[in-house]
Amino acid sequence: MGRYVARRLLQMIPVFIGTTLLIFLMVNVLPGDPVAALWGDKPPDPAQMAIIRKDLGLDLPLWQQYLNYLGGLLQGDFGTTIAGNRPVLDQMTDAFPVSIRLGLMAFTFELVLGLFFGVLAGVKRGKVIDTGVTVFTLMVISIPVFVLGLVSQQVFGTQLGWVSPNVKDSMDMAQLVLPAIVLGSLSLAYVARLTRTSIAENARADYMRTAVAKGLPQRRIVSMHLLRNSLIPVVTYLGTDIGALMAGAVVTEGIFNVQGVGQLLFEALARREGSIIVGIVTVFVLIYLLANLLVDLLYAVLDPRIRYA
Amino acid sequence: MTTIDKTAGLPEPRSGRDGGTPLLEVRDLHVEFHTRDGVAKAVNGVNYTVDAGETLAVLGESGSGKSVTAQAIMGILDMPPGKIPQGEILFRGEDMLAMSNEERRKIRGQKIAMIFQDALSALNPVLSVGYQLGEMFRVHQGLSKKQAKAKAVELMERVRIPAAKERVNDYPHQFSGGMRQRIMIAMALALDPDLIIADEPTTALDVTVQAQVMDLLAELQQEFNMGLILITHDLGVVADVADKIAVMYAGRIVETAPVHELYKRPAHPYTRGLLDSIPRLDQKGQELYAIKGLPPNLTRIPTGCAFNPRCPKAEDICRTETPVLHQVTEQGGGEIAGRGSACHFWKETIHG
Repeated sequence: MGRYVARRLLQMIPVFIGTTLLIFLMVNVLPGDPVAALWGDKPPDPAQMAIIRKDLGLDLPLWQQYLNYLGGLLQGDFGTTIAGNRPVLDQMTDAFPVSIRLGLMAFTFELVLGLFFGVLAGVKRGKVIDTGVTVFTLMVISIPVFVLGLVSQQVFGTQLGWVSPNVKDSMDMAQLVLPAIVLGSLSLAYVARLTRTSIAENARADYMRTAVAKGLPQRRIVSMHLLRNSLIPVVTYLGTDIGALMAGAVVTEGIFNVQGVGQLLFEALARREGSIIVGIVTVFVLIYLLANLLVDLLYAVLDPRIRYA
Repeated sequence: MTTIDKTAGLPEPRSGRDGGTPLLEVRDLHVEFHTRDGVAKAVNGVNYTVDAGETLAVLGESGSGKSVTAQAIMGILDMPPGKIPQGEILFRGEDMLAMSNEERRKIRGQKIAMIFQDALSALNPVLSVGYQLGEMFRVHQGLSKKQAKAKAVELMERVRIPAAKERVNDYPHQFSGGMRQRIMIAMALALDPDLIIADEPTTALDVTVQAQVMDLLAELQQEFNMGLILITHDLGVVADVADKIAVMYAGRIVETAPVHELYKRPAHPYTRGLLDSIPRLDQKGQELYAIKGLPPNLTRIPTGCAFNPRCPKAEDICRTETPVLHQVTEQGGGEIAGRGSACHFWKETIHG
């Protein structure tokens, strides 16, 4: 077990280097020049531009820029922005707590309701409630997130006035509820469907018949015998979804004006701020890798037949 | 540590019959399955009784309805598609089919327990065997987790699993096939039920282990004076442990007999066919007898006697009239207790 975790952590190093390099290169081939953008509409001064480039190390060959960046990362330095010359780390520590909060709220929402609907539909398969859940989840899956976001903002925010249409204080949990529901709704639908399929399949297993023959109450049969056997595919999905929720927040945060990582990333892309983009994506990659490791370890907790060597 | 009073677990002695009511009586039971291809009539009027301490072996090919009958008794049929249009299942004189779900649930496991064929798939793979055994005590007797575990160890010792204390937290996949089947047996025995239904308990095991498991089962049954319904297609298994046999074909009982009577002189051509198809050492080198044809499709059971297309003795009457279960008599006319045959020509079969 310990050795398995150590090996997995070591494997993260090449993945980490590979992904950061890829993002670094991609940002560099983006059209547009961030230094020239500092002059706005006015024609840039070539001599000034050369000085700024030299200050930021942008005149060096690409591989050297990347090595410098990696070296900085190892010391916890994510670099500085071109415009305003602010440390990237400061901007990220402002934005990440907001997005993590939003992401966790969305995650809880999809986990609790998704599992609930999935188990309900799986146990009552073929009944009205099963069809209801199938239709509902199909609807959620087919509606694009921005439509769902804009419509719910209009209905619940502007017309009904239940919540403020725009988030004014991004650290206020109450204001984040609606964005979190919008963000988590698509995953909720997938979790519900996965759970339903898995439950329906395992409900026909021999050990379920044994559980009934033992005279156990229905509630115990479902919670102790059925659910645990059905959770593995759902846990796999939930693990990858932690990363997806962070990245998927770009649209939702934009609609509701949440000052999170999505917004920051979007603005950085618009201004060609390479260091911010690479920094954020690097953290995403780390979250993603750790979530996957956690999922793999959870398998062994759920199913004792899975062992790590 | 809680100590468990050893004498408390012992069952009070049970008499063979309380006031003439058998422990279990199945009366004219019908079970059908509604499928896309039509209605499959899996059980078509089965009658049998089991008393305390008695072993009834139900014999038959796959699809003869022997397992479905057991599932109907246990109340674990999938309904729908299954349906019980007719019949009664009396447990100590009370019709279980008329009971509420909650009443039936309380009988399951406590009064009637079942042993399944394949213990690997019938045990939950993600729960420890100690948990699965202890669950019986926790649910039905309200014991604490700790007490239940102690009881589980005791049960494992009762079915002679070595090092029970160390193995109680192991999972089903960590046991061998024979040990797993012992755990299944232990689970069925947990609450000292009055009746155990064993659905092909040894089919998934290799021959040496088969004998051990059957001996254990028979021994425990004697010890606790339980009724046992042993469902099998293995004639060898039956001979040693059963008191009486019911042979099933296409959802009906075609012959009933005390165990040794049946082997000595079968009164139904199907039973005779089954007995003739057992490989025998003294017939080495000869071609093995086989009953020709296949069991009938349950959605289209032949008219008359269901066995007629495969029967070497079939005549016109067999294709038109369904034979009832005749009382079998000696040549002189004296009834043979407990013997019945659903064949128009039972006389010729047994005496001819």
